[in-house]
Amino acid sequence: MKLHRATKKDNPQPSRSSGTAAPAGSTSSYSVVCQSVTKRYVNNTPFEKTTVLAVEEVSFAVERGELFGIIGPDGAGKTTLFRILTTLLLADSGTVSVEGKDVVHDFRKIRNEVGYMPGRFSLYQDLTVEENLNVFAKVFKTTIEENYHLIEDIYRQLEPFKKRRAGKLSGGMKQKLALCCALIHKPTVLFLDEPTTGVDPVSRKEFWGMLARLKEEKITILVSTPYMDEASMCDRIALIQQGRILQIDTPRAIVSRFPHPLLSVRGNQPSKLLHDLRSIPGVRSCFAFGDAHHVTTGDKSLSTDGLLEQLRQLGHSEVVIQPVEASVEDCFMELTRGESGLTTEKR
Amino acid sequence: MNQFLTFVQKEFYHIFRDRWTTIILLLLPVVMLILFGFMMTTEVKNTRVAIFDPSRDIATQGIINKFTTSEYFIVEGYIDHPREIEALFRKGRIGLVLVFSERFHENWMHTGEAQVQLIADGSDPNTASTLTMYATQLINAYRQESLDLPQTPLQLTPEIKLLYNPTLKGSYNFVPGVMGMILMLICAMMTSVSIAREKETGTMEVLLVSPMKSIQIIIAKVVPYFFISVINLTTVLVLSVFVLGMPVNGSLGLLIFISLIYIFVSLALGLLISSAVDRQMVALLISAMVLMLPVIMLSGMMFPVENLPGVLRWMSHVIPAKWYMIAVKKIMIEGLGFEAVAREFVILCSMAVLLITASVKRFKYRLE
Repeated sequence: MKLHRATKKDNPQPSRSSGTAAPAGSTSSYSVVCQSVTKRYVNNTPFEKTTVLAVEEVSFAVERGELFGIIGPDGAGKTTLFRILTTLLLADSGTVSVEGKDVVHDFRKIRNEVGYMPGRFSLYQDLTVEENLNVFAKVFKTTIEENYHLIEDIYRQLEPFKKRRAGKLSGGMKQKLALCCALIHKPTVLFLDEPTTGVDPVSRKEFWGMLARLKEEKITILVSTPYMDEASMCDRIALIQQGRILQIDTPRAIVSRFPHPLLSVRGNQPSKLLHDLRSIPGVRSCFAFGDAHHVTTGDKSLSTDGLLEQLRQLGHSEVVIQPVEASVEDCFMELTRGESGLTTEKR
Repeated sequence: MNQFLTFVQKEFYHIFRDRWTTIILLLLPVVMLILFGFMMTTEVKNTRVAIFDPSRDIATQGIINKFTTSEYFIVEGYIDHPREIEALFRKGRIGLVLVFSERFHENWMHTGEAQVQLIADGSDPNTASTLTMYATQLINAYRQESLDLPQTPLQLTPEIKLLYNPTLKGSYNFVPGVMGMILMLICAMMTSVSIAREKETGTMEVLLVSPMKSIQIIIAKVVPYFFISVINLTTVLVLSVFVLGMPVNGSLGLLIFISLIYIFVSLALGLLISSAVDRQMVALLISAMVLMLPVIMLSGMMFPVENLPGVLRWMSHVIPAKWYMIAVKKIMIEGLGFEAVAREFVILCSMAVLLITASVKRFKYRLE
């Protein structure tokens, strides 16, 4: 393991919030500790050699029994990070420990006690629901009965389909079954890589409800998701973009640190509106957000009325402007806006 | 142990729930054996023969009787004039024409010389030469019988005797070849595809993050295919003995024993392939191209190994099927004991050890 291979750029630690960086000394109250982990993929083709920096200098620590969310868009490095945490990949540099065990040297011990649910549906499609669960129980040297209480809530919904092949289940049902399979051996840490991707909104909500109940069982849960609206369900979140962690804190603290007043602008010509808003001097940032646009104004000179007036001149008649509370997504956009100069030169 | 058994059971579910896999696994040996055993044979049976016989004496009658009683020929009838021969061949019904000279018996008795002409269709050289060879044998046999007559002058004729396979049955060569091929196909291809499938569908990722060790995953994967190979071995043996008329002259136990070793070699090859590839399709292609073709071409099944050019002959030494075929022939056809196949046994065993070690070493317990 080479510890000093990481390339250090001008910006030292991406995590700016206090008290969230990995503590060097004691790891006792922490379940997962990740210290300056870097991973690059080298793609060697006969024509060119390209290096992709998947994860760069990532550090965080997850407390026991915490529901920790890693939130970022596709390609941010979430899956790579999860594979490093679950001993499936080796980091180029940095150290990771899970329940006090090193992912490189003690990987067998870690594999005995964690639960892992990969981003892709990874169960046996030609086995029935019941058979899948049984196989995974046996693989972990336990029985369905032994830990049934853990999965009872979830499995009860699957029970009517227990003779159905896993491949024939709906997306939400598949994820529930995968969660059951990852839980059946009562893991101390649960790693869920994008469990709600490709799942309908109702099932997503249910899924998060299950995670909240699992927290009561004192299972540490690490979950990654590209959906910013799921952030509020976590105890703490790490915002990740292009392999770098932007911020780690509770969702509330992250939102409260949003530096600017935020306006929601709604109109009947959304795409023209977005374009025009960005052209108005004094508009600092503007992003599409659902059916509205979220706008921050850089200086106090541009008031709500002033903005409304300028939009009217550009031909927007039915525009509604309201001040809104910032969400995690707004914070993410704000943070990546600041980082953008740094991140684009990478790839 | 419970963990292991559940895993083996899961493998059986995978095999038997996929209808095509099951069909291929269980019917392939039968189809292949029938294809190779019956259709790809160089034997020529039931060839129709036309005869031009101006003599019609006891000697020509004796030779024609030989043809009538032979299983290779059916005497279609007599023709009246040699001019008809060409037209007969054009119709394609006749495979061979026998033309006797005039006063055949008389000439033979008095001058010791009589002519018979064999006319075959040379556009298919293999069949033509086989046919003329059979016909020559029949005529020689007749002459041999007539040699008992005391007044015949001394003659030196080489007598050809083909040991172990006196009638030159093609199945004697093909059955060991098909056995070598089927076992290689089932074991190597199916194991490599099934491991590649775990990788492709992502289930390997989940299995790796579990207490199961890679060696356990491998062995659990191999067990079902080992069983199926044993079933196939039985099918092939039963079919070749009862349908193709192959003898088992040597010890059946020894034959099964050497087959089991060969199955191990094939399984190990499958594992080695699977440790290198991540996709089912690639596993399939590699097994087909890298394993099947050499087995067919270089093992001695199609072409004698001795006829291969230098490099290929050297390559044929590393093909397990070649050694297996040699051993099977020795046991089944020649009826030899263990001492005779000791060399093949040692070679196959070392191949098995080498390949299993390599594949276990190469099996990754991480994703990279």
